[in-house]
Amino acid sequence: MNVYAIRAIYKFEMSRTFRTLMQSIASPVLSTSLYFIVFGTAIGSRMGNIDGISYGAFIIPGLVMLSLLSESISNASFGIFFPKFSGTIYEVLSAPVSAMEIVIGYVGAAATKSVTLGLLILFTAQLFVDYHIEHPIWMLAFLILTAITFSLFGFIIGIWADDFQKLQVIPLMVVTPLTFLGGAFYSISMLPEPWQTLTLFNPVVYLISGFRWAFYGVADVNVVVSLGMTMVFLLICLTTVWWIFRSGYRLRT
Amino acid sequence: MPSIIRVSGLTKTYQSGFTALENVDLDIRRGEIFALLGPNGAGKTTLISIICGISSPSEGSVLADGFDIVRDYRAARSKIGLVPQELCSDAFENVWSAVSFSRGLFGKPSNPAFIEKLLRQLSLWDKKDAQMRELSGGMKRRVMIAKALSHEPEILFLDEPTAGVDVELRKDMWQMVRELREQGVTIILTTHYIEEAEEMADRIGVIRKGQILLVEEKQALMDKLGSKQLSIRLQQPITEIPAELSEFNLQLDQDGSNLSYCYDSRHESDGIARLLRKLTQQGLEIRDLNSSESSLEDIFVSLVQEDQ
Repeated sequence: MNVYAIRAIYKFEMSRTFRTLMQSIASPVLSTSLYFIVFGTAIGSRMGNIDGISYGAFIIPGLVMLSLLSESISNASFGIFFPKFSGTIYEVLSAPVSAMEIVIGYVGAAATKSVTLGLLILFTAQLFVDYHIEHPIWMLAFLILTAITFSLFGFIIGIWADDFQKLQVIPLMVVTPLTFLGGAFYSISMLPEPWQTLTLFNPVVYLISGFRWAFYGVADVNVVVSLGMTMVFLLICLTTVWWIFRSGYRLRT
Repeated sequence: MPSIIRVSGLTKTYQSGFTALENVDLDIRRGEIFALLGPNGAGKTTLISIICGISSPSEGSVLADGFDIVRDYRAARSKIGLVPQELCSDAFENVWSAVSFSRGLFGKPSNPAFIEKLLRQLSLWDKKDAQMRELSGGMKRRVMIAKALSHEPEILFLDEPTAGVDVELRKDMWQMVRELREQGVTIILTTHYIEEAEEMADRIGVIRKGQILLVEEKQALMDKLGSKQLSIRLQQPITEIPAELSEFNLQLDQDGSNLSYCYDSRHESDGIARLLRKLTQQGLEIRDLNSSESSLEDIFVSLVQEDQ
């Protein structure tokens, strides 16, 4: 195990975060705060409780998930896309590092960043809305697991993308709609059929539902199913990454 | 001398069907400076990329210090440093952390004293806190060399190291290459500047269209292929070359006072003596003589232009 290499990549990626502190930490916190002000405080006060939870508190898990997914993907995809784009990837490819070490370095840094961000958003939420966390350990577990899974997903996108547009297209066109339609702002039981059934095909539903369960003990789908689905997605991403390095796809000519 | 790099039967065919390397065999000796010469698109960079692990071979194998570059990639790659042809860097990274990053990536514990020595050697010390984007092209090139040397490799690849580099840096670089060789580092370079290969290399390989045409000791190559030219300056101009001298294929210049004679220094032992005797017999007085060897560049051009 080339621990020095993992550390070098991790440190490099983290220092990139600190160099762009405004963009990587401050701006997601700000935009989430805006959601809280608009949906939580302003509109939320006119909304009834959902599953016995005030609307402002109800949307917290969904909003954290929304940031977590988009930030994990964008951090990890940019982290590996940029060296490819600038050409500095040659160094990583010629170094005595295994695929696993590269992934731990890049994905680990991206996940660290988005978990930090998720926690920051939770602290920020405290300023606007009163909420509690029923299962803090599970909350943290879902947070970390989702961050890792979607950082892996972002890593895959970063390798697949060969221009800046492709880098944006999946987060914008797929992940954001799935998150908005995944129960971030409503309980799926509020949907009429057939949407209620159709929505179960949206993987983000399981992430948000499980995460919300960790907060308030209520969920749209059974928490075991949520955990299972998250694991399935993690496995799919891991398998894809393994295949990428095995075949050299878009990395080694 | 034992080989430090052994390339056997290496073939690289890209997905497009283009064959960049065809059954290449090459042995690099430990501690030598080896120059790989070839026109653009000959496969120099592809060969280096495969040895360094950036590209995968289609067929064949490469051993670096006895380690297979695919099976034992960790051991093989940790011995190798690469300075690629293209200048590329993370624009916002500073010099110190860029070089330290490389050392860590290659599995070495941090060693600030060594990095400092390296940066001083490459005249980068006062730029250590500068971001890469603030540096000139020449300075960036120095950083890339520092990155390649940061893990103290035994084998150093320099892909077109002096392309777009000013005279001073080129001199510094060759000085450094010599010092590295004294420390026992094996250096493989590709270059278009043939005079550099001529000046620096111990051995020279010529590659064209993905095939190694020849590998020779530099001196042997020049001896083998080098023809010499003797110019004879006459005391009195002549209007035509006397028929008695036709066997020498002499050339007469326009004002009739210079004769030139091409000969192979290895195969003709008494050509000059006979020519000079005959000149005297013809009553031609010689004012001056000058002989010159063909340069590596002439050899190279004649090699790569053959059957083109």
